[in-house]
Formats: sequence, C-alpha cells, structure tokens
Amino acid sequence: MSDRIIGQVKRVNGPVIEVMGITDAHMFELVRVGQENLIGELIKLDSDCAVVQVYEDTSGIAPYAPVYGAGMQLSVELGPGMIGTIYDGIQRPLEAIREMSEIYIKRGITIPSLNREKKWHFIPSVKEGDNISGGTVLGTVQETENILHKILVPPLDKGILESVVPEGDYTVEDVIAVLRTDDSQTKDLFLMHKWPIRVQRPTQQRLPLDVPLITGQRVIDTLFPVAKGGTVAIPGGFGTGKTMTQQALAKWCDADLIVYIGCGERGNEITDVLTEFPKLIDPRSGRSLMERTILIANTSNMPVSAREASIYTGITMAEYFRDQGYDVAVMADSTSRWAEALRELSGRMEEMPAEEGFPAYLPTKIAEFYERAGSMETLNGDSGSVTIIGAVSPPAGDFSEPVTQHTKRFIRCFWGLDRNLANARHYPAISWIDSYSEYLEEMSSWWADQVGAEWLEDRTEIMGLLHKEVRLQQVVKLVGPDALPDTQRFILEVCTLFKNAFLQQNAYDKIDTFSIVEKQAKMLHIIVMYWKRGLQAIKNGTTLIKLRKIKVYQDIVKMKFTIPNENLSGLDKIEARLERSMDQMEALHA
Amino acid sequence: MLEQENRHLLSGREYIGVNKIDGPLIFVSKTHPVGYRELIECVDADGKVRLGIVLESSTDAVVVQIFEGTAGLTLPNTRIRFSGRPLTISVSKDMLGRVFNGLGHPIDGGPPQRSDIELDVNGMAINPTARQYPRDFIQTGISVIDGMNTLIRGQKLPIFSGNGLPHNELAAQIARQAKIRGTDTEFAVVFAAMGVKHDVAQFFIRSFEESGVLENVALFLSLADDPSIERLITPRTALTLAEHLAFNEDMHVLVIMTDMTNYCESLREISTIRGEIPSRKGYPGYLYSDLAELYERSGMIKGHNGSITSLPILTMPNDDISHPIPDLSGYITEGQIVFEREMDGRGIYPPIAGLPSLSRLMKDGIGEGMTREDHPHLASQLFAAYSYVKDVRNLASVIGEEELTPLDHDYLEFGREFEQKFVSQRKDEERSIEQTLNLGWEVLKFLPVEELHRITEEEIEKFYGA
Ligand SMILES: Nc1ncnc2c1ncn2[C@@H]1O[C@H](COP(=O)(O)OP(=O)(O)OP(=O)(O)O)[C@@H](O)[C@H]1O
Ligand SMILES: [Mg+2]
Repeated sequence: MSDRIIGQVKRVNGPVIEVMGITDAHMFELVRVGQENLIGELIKLDSDCAVVQVYEDTSGIAPYAPVYGAGMQLSVELGPGMIGTIYDGIQRPLEAIREMSEIYIKRGITIPSLNREKKWHFIPSVKEGDNISGGTVLGTVQETENILHKILVPPLDKGILESVVPEGDYTVEDVIAVLRTDDSQTKDLFLMHKWPIRVQRPTQQRLPLDVPLITGQRVIDTLFPVAKGGTVAIPGGFGTGKTMTQQALAKWCDADLIVYIGCGERGNEITDVLTEFPKLIDPRSGRSLMERTILIANTSNMPVSAREASIYTGITMAEYFRDQGYDVAVMADSTSRWAEALRELSGRMEEMPAEEGFPAYLPTKIAEFYERAGSMETLNGDSGSVTIIGAVSPPAGDFSEPVTQHTKRFIRCFWGLDRNLANARHYPAISWIDSYSEYLEEMSSWWADQVGAEWLEDRTEIMGLLHKEVRLQQVVKLVGPDALPDTQRFILEVCTLFKNAFLQQNAYDKIDTFSIVEKQAKMLHIIVMYWKRGLQAIKNGTTLIKLRKIKVYQDIVKMKFTIPNENLSGLDKIEARLERSMDQMEALHA
Repeated sequence: MLEQENRHLLSGREYIGVNKIDGPLIFVSKTHPVGYRELIECVDADGKVRLGIVLESSTDAVVVQIFEGTAGLTLPNTRIRFSGRPLTISVSKDMLGRVFNGLGHPIDGGPPQRSDIELDVNGMAINPTARQYPRDFIQTGISVIDGMNTLIRGQKLPIFSGNGLPHNELAAQIARQAKIRGTDTEFAVVFAAMGVKHDVAQFFIRSFEESGVLENVALFLSLADDPSIERLITPRTALTLAEHLAFNEDMHVLVIMTDMTNYCESLREISTIRGEIPSRKGYPGYLYSDLAELYERSGMIKGHNGSITSLPILTMPNDDISHPIPDLSGYITEGQIVFEREMDGRGIYPPIAGLPSLSRLMKDGIGEGMTREDHPHLASQLFAAYSYVKDVRNLASVIGEEELTPLDHDYLEFGREFEQKFVSQRKDEERSIEQTLNLGWEVLKFLPVEELHRITEEEIEKFYGA
C-alpha cells in the first residue's frame, strides 16, 4: 500500500473526523488516521477540507494528527478462504485478530482478509489466446466439499489471455493468469480480486423470481413464501423472534450459501452461531452448516461506523458468489442498527435531519441496499441469486416508524412479528394478518409441480378462515362464544387447531425445527380436510364436542412432532384415519 | 507536524482560565492538540480538583465534561490540566468489601486503592470469537425466574420495574440466593448505584451485611445528591473492576446496576447541552450504542474460568415498557424480567408478569442433565396457559364470569393457583428447581389434559399423572 499524507486532523467528534489541508484525496478513499493507524473512509470533500468516518475507536486522536490515503476505495477481498470465516464489518478476520489481541479487539490491527499463506488447488479452464472478459471462469478451486469456487475475471477486465498457470497449488497472491487488454497493456490475475463495497457488481440482466427459497418454516413456506432473489423484511419489537427466524433460515433454507450479518446486535448471538453451526448438518449436503456460511459480526459494542459498512461488506460477498452461479441468502440482523449508524454519523456531521433525526437520504440508502438482491443472469451467462432477508427493529415495536415504513416500499415480502403471539410463546410469532408475500402468484406453478395443485386451494381456504376468525373474535369479545352458531364456532376451533398444530413451530425440537415442503403440504391438507368434512358433519347435526373428541384429533395436534421428514407415511395414515372417522360420523347422521 | 510531535511534551500543560461553562461542560480554546476522550483535571479557585474527559477536540477549542459538576467554577480562575491519557482506575481483588464513589475513589474512610493494574474505564469490545456461550443454570430459588425465565451464568438480564415496586428486594434476594448447583463457587458482587437515594444504598448494604457477604461486595455509589454527570462514569468504573475480577482473577461476578434510568437521563442532559439532534423523547440517537457498551461487557470468555452476570435495574417512566430506556435495553439484553404494578397491588411478590418477561439464554441451560427433562415443555405450557388466562379474564370482564364456558372456568382457576402458589413466594423463601417444577405441575392439574399441547405423552404420564 503506497500511503501518502492527504491532510491533518482538524476536529474529532467520536467516529467522525474533520480533516484539513486536503491535497489530492478522492471520495470514498480508504484512509488511515494518526500514528494509531486507524482505518477510515473519506466520505465528504469540501474545498481543502474533508470528513472521514473512522472504523475504530478514536480515543486519543488529536488535532494535527496525519491522515494517510490508501489510493483506493474501501473494498473487500474476494477469493477462496471466505467460507466458514467470521469477519468484522470491514472484512477483518476476527479469529486472526484474536490470535493477536486475545479477548478484546485492539485498535489499528492490520490483517489481510484472505489468508496469504494457504495454498489452493486450482484447475484452469481457459487457455492461452482465449478471449476473456469480466465474469469469465478462469478455473476452479474446490473450496469446501460442496462449494466449487469459480475463479472469475474481475467484472471490468477484458482482453486476450496471454498466459495461464497449469493445474496446481497457489496462494491468493500468486499470479495465475496474465491478460492483454485491448490497449495492449498486460494485467496480472490472481485467485482473488478486490471490489469496492458500495458498488453493485454488474450482471447481464434480471431474471423472473419464480422459484421459492424453501425455508422449512411452515408459516413462511406455506403462507408467505419468498422467492430466490427476493427481498424480505422481518420487523418486530425486542424479543419477538427476528434473530431466531433468521437463524432458522440460515440453518435450513435451501440456498447454496449464507451470508449472515450480525449488524449492531449481541455478541453472544454470534457465539451461538459459531458454536452451533459447525455441529449442525446441512440436510441437503450432509456436511456441516459452517461449510456454507460466511459470518460478519459487528456487534452493538463495536464501532458504529463499521456497523454502517458491514451491510455492504456482506452484500458484496454475496454478489460475488452469485456471479459464480450460486443462490445466496443474506441475513441482515438488524437493518435498523445500520440505519441508526447512518443517523449517528449524519448527526455528527451536522447534516439536516428529516424524520426522527434520520438523514433525508435514508430511503435512498435502503432502496440501494435491497436493489442489490435479485435473480440474475451473470456476466458469464450463468444464473445466480441473492435473497435479502432484513430484520427491522422498530422502536417500541411500532411499525409506523421511518425505517419500517421506508423498508416496506422496497421489499416484496413482509413477515410482521406480533408481540402478543410472542408473549403467548406462539413461535414463530409471524402475524398471519399483517404479513404478505407478493411472490405467491409467480411461484404457484412451482408448487403445483412439486406437491400438486391442491396446495394452492388448501392455502387459499385456510387464509380465508384465518381472516374470518379475526372478525368472529371481535364478536366473541363482545358477547361470548355461545352467541355464535356452531358452524362459526367451528371456524374458531379449526383456526386454533391450525395455529397450534401447524403455524407454531418449535425451533428447539429436533423434528419440528424444519419441515420439508411435502410434509407441510400434507399437514395443511389434513387440517383443511378436517375443516371441510367437519363443517359438513355439523350441518348434518354433529356437535362440536364430538368433532373434537375423535381419536385422531390428538394425533393431528402432535403430528408436527411425531412425523419426521424422512418418513411421511404417518401423515397418510392420519389422513386415512381422519377420513374414516368422518365417514363414520356421516353414516351416523345419515 | 510540529504540533503533533510536541504533543506528549505538552500533554501535562495547564491552562488558566476557560472560555465558557455550560452545565457540566467546559470549553477551552487555544490549547495544544488534545486527544479525544483524554482525561483532564480541573482545578477551581480553592485548589479543589475535579476530573473530566474530552468530549470533542478541534484545532479551535476543546469541550470537556466534568464528572463532579461545575458548581462554583469561574471563567478566569478555573485551571485545566490535560493528562494525555484516558480515564483509568487501578483495580485489584482488595476492592471487594469496600465502598467507592463513581470514579472509583474510596469513600469508606479506608486507605486509597493501590494496584499495579490500571485499566481504561471505557473497556474495549470483546471479540465475539473469544466469547464462550453461557449455559450454566443459576438457581435463584425464585420460581417464576428459575422455572420460566431462567438466569444463566454470564447473562445480562435486566429488571424492568416501576417506582415503588420491590425491585431492590428482588435483586438483593437474587444476590443472596444465587448458586450454581453442585458447586460451591460463590459470586462476588459489584454494585453500582446511579442517582438512587441513600436509603436504597443502605438497604443493599444491610442486606449484604445480614447474609454475611459484604466482604465479597464492591460498591460504587453515585447517589441522588452527587453530581448527575458522575453517573455516566459509575457503571463503567464498576464494570472495569468486574472485568478484572472475572477475566484476570477467574471469579464469578454478579453486577447489579441501579437505576439505569438515571444513567440515561444524565446522558440526555449532556446531549441536550451540546445541541445534538435528539431521537425519541429527547434521548440522543446513540443511546442504543452507549447502553450496549455497558451491557455487552458481561459474558464468559473461552479459556477463562470467571464470568460476569449482570442484573441492571431500571424503572420504566410511567410504567411504560415502550419508553426508549426499557425499549432500547430490551433490544440489547438477553431477555428481561418485567414487573407488573397490578400484581403488586394484589400483594403478589415477586410481581413478575409471566408474559413480557423472557430469558433468551434459558434454552441451552435447562432440561435434561441441567435442570430436569420436563423443564422446557413445562415452561412453554405455563406461558401458553397463562396467556390464555389473560384473554379469559378480559372476556369475563365484558360478558361476566357466568357466561364463560366450563373450559374457561378451568383456566380462571388455573390462573389463580398459578399466581398464588407458583409465582408468589416470601422474600426469604428459597425453592430448589425441583420444588419449582413440581409446583408448576401441581397448578397445571387444574387444566384438562387435552389442553396441554406443548407437553409430550411421556411427560404427561410421568409428571401430570393419569
Ligand atoms: N421459533 C422459535 N422457537 C422457539 N423459541 C423461539 C422462536 N422464536 C423466538 N423464540 C424465543 O424468543 C426469544 C427471542 O427471540 P429473538 O432473539 O429471535 O428475538 P429478536 O426479535 O431478535 O429480538 P431483538 O430485537 O431483541 O434481537 C428467543 O430467545 C426464544 O426464546
Ligand atoms: Mg435479535
């Protein structure tokens, strides 16, 4: 790094530093501040002054301290070695930092993001003289058992391949190919390249979003599914289940790779992931979950400006794997903390605030972030996707606040968490009334192919009942349940059954923790059958008590715990028994 | 460059006369380059020394915040001495059994604290990879906590209370009774009081004295009549000692901080004087990060035997849990114990409303091999049933109890038993986890077996009885 002095500190106000005597700095340039070598980014230029946001604690920094420019933008290193690693908000490897500074994160530590010593087995797939351009696959590295890391030509490069190394073991800094550009310059290519975090990586075009990201969470997949490449917000007050939902998805969803961003949240939650994931087995690959996970941890007590950057660091890594043709899911917990970091930095720069102290550009920033999701045709003609699942932490759990409201404008799937459900320990506390998915229609043919056309009918039926129940409950609150006719009370009963037996899903139960789609569809069908046949039976003169006392009822209530994904025949038996019970009841009243 | 190089030579320099005093803040101009968050000494006309830190430093002026307040200072006669280093305290095990002010200076008449270990009170962020996930069950002997909101060693679990509710009694009871079963490790207690009255401090001291643990307690008192700014440093000083005891001396430390609401108000005061853009209710936008810097200092570390478990106490203004102080705390801590005034009114101690209370770390600390195999489902069932009780009570208040279904009547009875038998207990009553769980089953018997959706067949057979 050729560091040159670009100015001197004029004023220190927390993470925001004003710099004077600026000569040749450029916007978003990576800088170092003082003898302490604190990492920062230049975020404003005004004649010979600049504003730098510093990613480390600025205690002790004084006026006139030198500020050095690195001559490049704040970037991430992209190449083999990211998977299974835990980084801070500006891609510093936390394990490596621990080796140097033990318990606490000391300041001014410089460690490369990707291991420089480690050798990777590279198998080239191009040859001398090939015409190559951004996204061309130069070759591959088997990074983990399941992730074949495709080494790509950096997006903006183009030319003729002058040379390429033979198959063999190389570090990320070894030259693996040389490119001759159109203007006859040569350029070395490596297993890794850098990319500025605030710039979206280019693709050819957006593709339709018609394949669901299967999460194994019934309320999500069945009621409010998200598409691969889609955008979701999970808003909810404290303790309502945002982190649990995101962790459940990180464990069980059918993405190829997970980028989990702990943005301004708890240290122990990261530790939880770090201790649990390596032990958990990905049901699809049979390998440890850590082998498909990249963690970014900028916890609430770590510097607030690096929290702002962590979101971009994460999404850039996700785009890089998308460009290799993978389906990547990004969990951002919590985007509110990121927005608050923006607010704090903006306040310290004395910018004019808009709503609740947030800067006026908040909606633009939120939009830019969610725009980086999508299912894409990549530069090399492959396809890959980035799904963004963002937690939102509204103050007082009030969804009318700016971050929730602006986020709602830019996402298409909304899983609203309900405080009352959480208090009653109905988990996941995803409200079936407030939540929605705009992807349902585009994806319904996928479901029809997968589990049959009945699925959509059943889903529509049950959603209808859930909405009717809300109105009926209002009546009950005024006059008591006895005032309702049995046909309507049966709606209440079926909804209670559906909530207990289907919507509630215990993340800590071995069997219940995730359900494959076939199990979900069958469970749904059984409950809908109970409703339809039961309603008929009531019309024929059966009582509610009798319907509830049929023997198979208790098995329906507990089927989520008793029937494992690997063997669904138990559900067929329950369905057959239910059918028989109903037949008998019908015969009795005929 | 010259200024920068001379900095350490100039660092001890003293300036006579300041430019502006505004509340606890002092503005000094034309200084040598002063470091952000540097410690300063402020000497008044009588030679009395007060401490402060630099809140903002620029080529034109330096803003410092004086912990002991600025009362009696004048512009021309105030002298400011910069130290060139951050605010530190010297820490040692000998601090247990002693009483300090918020800055860590002894106020018990004993000798000044001496030690070779000087630590920056601001601490540093713990590397998440260095943390050990907490999973050891702490038996507090209080059913509603052990049974339903289990405290785990290394957890940060605040008490959300209100004025006049028995949070001090509960905190003292936990401090007295807390134990890890099957071990005889004792907790050292670090107690930080921010803006509370003398009698509250006295209550804790007496309670520690009576149970004979006072020599295992370090108290940091910044009471109601002390300068409000001192409260901002008090929890930091206390936590710095706690970190030393836990991670250098391998001790298990219980940190009690009361009242976080007073702390937050002092923070708001400073922020307002500095003219910062407020977020909700006038509190600064960085309240979340600031509280996180305190709360996140608890936990356990790989390869170290000690731990910091913290029990911050905060009074919810107007009993409003959506107020920024409880709200932001809840977003940082690992659950919360919420007091309910209505239960207190009915004479139930501890008045802990089951529903909004939560312990996020209990999942890995309960169940087979830790408490008992039925614990997780039992807790979940109690929550679900009690939540339904609340609905039934609401309904009954509208349509009258007579109109309720027989099942709803069962629930009402369950609710009464649950509150009277399970939740309610004496302030000196210590129940083992088995007693607590058995009580839980006893009250569940008021519900028909079909209602126990969250409990497995085997558990019903074994614990509920046929
Ligand atoms: N699916 C679930 N199964 C079982 N328990 C759950 C589930 N979802 C949430 N919980 C319970 O709720 C608690 C809080 O959930 P979580 O930590 O996800 O909340 P959060 O919305 O992320 O809160 P915060 O905003 O404070 O981070 C968990 O510790 C757990 O006890
Ligand atoms: Mg969370």
